[in-house]
Amino acid sequence: MPNPFSLEGKVILITGASSGIGKDTAIECSKMGAQLIITARNPERLNETFGLLQGEYHQQFTADIATDSGIESLAGMLPGLDGIVHVAGIIKPKPFHFLNRNELDEIMNTNFSGPTLLTNALIRKKLIKKQASIVFISSVSGVACSFLGGASYSASKGAINGIVKGMALDLAAKHIRVNSVLPGMIDTGIFDGSAISKEDLIEDRKRYPLGRYGKPTDVAYAVIYLLSDASSWVTGSNLLIDGGFTLL
Amino acid sequence: MEINEFVQNFASLFDETEASEFSAETNFREIEEWSSFTVLSVIAMVDAEYKVKISGDEIRVAQTILDVYNIVKSKM
Repeated sequence: MPNPFSLEGKVILITGASSGIGKDTAIECSKMGAQLIITARNPERLNETFGLLQGEYHQQFTADIATDSGIESLAGMLPGLDGIVHVAGIIKPKPFHFLNRNELDEIMNTNFSGPTLLTNALIRKKLIKKQASIVFISSVSGVACSFLGGASYSASKGAINGIVKGMALDLAAKHIRVNSVLPGMIDTGIFDGSAISKEDLIEDRKRYPLGRYGKPTDVAYAVIYLLSDASSWVTGSNLLIDGGFTLL
Repeated sequence: MEINEFVQNFASLFDETEASEFSAETNFREIEEWSSFTVLSVIAMVDAEYKVKISGDEIRVAQTILDVYNIVKSKM
């Protein structure tokens, strides 16, 4: 029986593939048969992910999609795509009253405007095929809740939530689906060296009804579903993956 | 950077505790409203006022305002 979750024969672009959720999503998608194009800003770490992909014909491109020039050069190298996974993102916890324009611009460019503008550049170049699936990694923060010092991050993820709805409508005529996943805290080291201490994270972990933080593969498997033909009637949705965090 | 000014900036992060209660020797962990959110505020204040980046883990080893001042000073 054919596997409805197979990604065999699909060409999929994954941003932010050098670490965390992006890295594991790339690896798991390759195991499901996808032909991957992975991208990130750091060439060494990107190459490390590249070496872990199964199968053949994958490609890697170093790019910074937070800038127009980065988007343009990446879009110029890409073939036709069956799927995109927008993982690239940053987090800089800071109390609301200390936020400034530069930091807001940086987080909105990386988490929201960059992925959005890359996608519309690819649509205009007709590089996103009919029946393609676009997946944004959003967050529970900004959609269902937030966290202390997380105003700017939540804003960027809330913006993704909004654009996913609008894109899904506008692109339905092209039979391109657009969805997001909303992870709770995933063990990726995203807070290493930040204002959030290790002790804070140990306490925070106790607030998850399923008793642990998520693993990058927990998100990767949801992304595989949304990229695959198993979800071919699913568009504009937010898939919650949070170990029950937002139930409380 | 001057210690009195640093103490004032530190004190300004608190909403309930009077500024006059703060000195360089104040053990900020004993202040009732001290929390992990105050840690974020200290880091943001140090970044905004002194252009120095410190981490949550660095603040965890400090006890007094002077300790934090010294961490910031060592990074200037």
